[in-house]
Amino acid sequence: MPKAIAGPSESTPGILQRVDGEERLAAAGDWTLAHYATLCREVERWRGAETLELAQVQRLDTAGVVLLARLLGVAQLRALAASDTSLSDERRALLRMVCDALDKAEQQPVRQQTTLLGDGLAGIGQAVQLNLQNLVGLLGFIGLTLTVAARVALRPGRWRVNALMSQIQNTGLNALPIVALLTFMIGAVVAFLGATVLDAFGASVYTVDLVAYSFMREFGVLLAAILVAGRTASAFTAQIGSMKVNEEIDALRVQGFDPAEWLVLPRVLALLITLPLLAFVGLLSGLVGGGLVALLSLEIPLGRIMAIYRDVPLQHFLVGMGKAPVFAFLIAVIGCREGFRVSGSAESVGQHTTSSVVQSIFVVILVDALAALFFMEMGW
Amino acid sequence: MSDKRECLPEPGEAIIQVRGLQNRFAEHVVHEHLDLDVMQGEILGVVGGSGSGKSVLLRSIVGLVRPSGGEVVMLGERLDQLSERRRVLLERRCGVLFQQGALFSSLTVTQNVALPLREHLKLSPADAEHLAAVKLALVGLPAHAGGLSPSELSGGMIKRAALARALALDPDILFLDEPTAGLDPIGAAAFDQLLLTLRNAFGLTVFLVTHDLDTLYTTCDRIAVLSGKRVLVADTLSVVEQTDDKWIRDYFHGPRGRSAQLAKHSAREA
Repeated sequence: MPKAIAGPSESTPGILQRVDGEERLAAAGDWTLAHYATLCREVERWRGAETLELAQVQRLDTAGVVLLARLLGVAQLRALAASDTSLSDERRALLRMVCDALDKAEQQPVRQQTTLLGDGLAGIGQAVQLNLQNLVGLLGFIGLTLTVAARVALRPGRWRVNALMSQIQNTGLNALPIVALLTFMIGAVVAFLGATVLDAFGASVYTVDLVAYSFMREFGVLLAAILVAGRTASAFTAQIGSMKVNEEIDALRVQGFDPAEWLVLPRVLALLITLPLLAFVGLLSGLVGGGLVALLSLEIPLGRIMAIYRDVPLQHFLVGMGKAPVFAFLIAVIGCREGFRVSGSAESVGQHTTSSVVQSIFVVILVDALAALFFMEMGW
Repeated sequence: MSDKRECLPEPGEAIIQVRGLQNRFAEHVVHEHLDLDVMQGEILGVVGGSGSGKSVLLRSIVGLVRPSGGEVVMLGERLDQLSERRRVLLERRCGVLFQQGALFSSLTVTQNVALPLREHLKLSPADAEHLAAVKLALVGLPAHAGGLSPSELSGGMIKRAALARALALDPDILFLDEPTAGLDPIGAAAFDQLLLTLRNAFGLTVFLVTHDLDTLYTTCDRIAVLSGKRVLVADTLSVVEQTDDKWIRDYFHGPRGRSAQLAKHSAREA
């Protein structure tokens, strides 16, 4: 029967001691990884010793040999392994192997010296350059997508209807409940906010106008877009990214299929269809949320609320909904592009998924701000 | 002279004993009444057709799969009956090389090897990285490879780096799952030699799951054949070769088996 495990507690740490009238140094005990700290101190104490007896050493492993080499120097230890005939062949082989490895390990290149200021400036420069490259890359990818779309549009045989339907279900239908719920609650919040502020002017009836205008022009589409950016852009990146890691993209390419046509187009098209619908649902649901607060909490009659909603000029609705396809295109393109930028590892999938969500939300809000400015100047 | 392997069984005694092992996944029975001994200091090659449960056997010995029946005794202890602390101690004495390497992709190669040293033994980062660099040199990786991330390595380098990580804590038993799969013949031969050298220098016991006939012929002391949910035969190559079983005949005396055999004999004559 094998004996029980000898854990660190059951072995004796190695020591160095003088033998034969203080003339020679001998190592004894276990020179193993488990006693590394003890052995380190021991080696420091006798640093610079010239010769050593190893016959008393009980157990020895690579870590032990590394420490012995620190004590004696690699060359000295190798000479010892070659000359000391009291050692078993196995042990001499171990000493030789680790000595060779130590020689190789010592040749590691030295790291470059850096300064704090230099590093900081270099970091800023690098970040700016990366962002510029990223922007150029994104524009390139948008161009590629449009070219592929134009090429495929005239050939219905190459439309990937199944993929499109499945993407519509994933990005649209499955997102419906969360978009409706969230916009409903934001609608209620805007109404409460309006009530609080407008009440001071005795104009709490304008709460309904606030809700109506804000949701038609901005919130309906913006909230839906931000939700979709978080939900769908990340999914696109993770899907395409793990295909990239798995070399599936390369497999498509060598079989003569265009990954942009197979993977990007259905996703972009699906989002172009679903995001406007989601934005519309979000708009309605926000109006319901705000209206409900007005009805129940501010006691504005239902007929009045409906009349205000009905009297909002059509242009506000169009201004809001017009932005939806733009957002949809940007979100889908960014999500897909980040997926294609994944390289190699699982960690890279995570990085690019984060990056795709951050980028798409940023772009959505940026475009929305620019659009608000433009529409205001145009007086729409 | 007292030896490093003092606390281990004598050479020729069993370091791992598998008795009546049963593994079942839902209705699918992989192992039934499986017995196997791994002797101290040997390289045991485990072969078997695809789906014969080689990897599952490895995983149930190291405790990644909980067997549905039977027992596995390693170094005199049953892994499933140990307290958490003893179990960790025992696990630290095993090194495992997974089929795909399973290097942590967020760490550099050196950090991968240094991780168990730092976490289990509380070595300082400098000490741990130095030891890791030695381990990487031991398995034959160039010095600059340490700073690379696993995704930048070639297949052969990944196997070597994973071997360095498996050896990080100077284990007594090394488990290798298809170490030469996906390597070119030169790389595979070099890996076989490396394995022999390491075994001889460290007195390792090696549990080697493989499909590679050349590896079997050049490195293994004994071979265990998995077939029909149990170990059909576990013995030296010459005995296994002569066993009267269809699968074994096809395996060792098929065209590939014969050429590996020839290669070994001609190498011996030269």
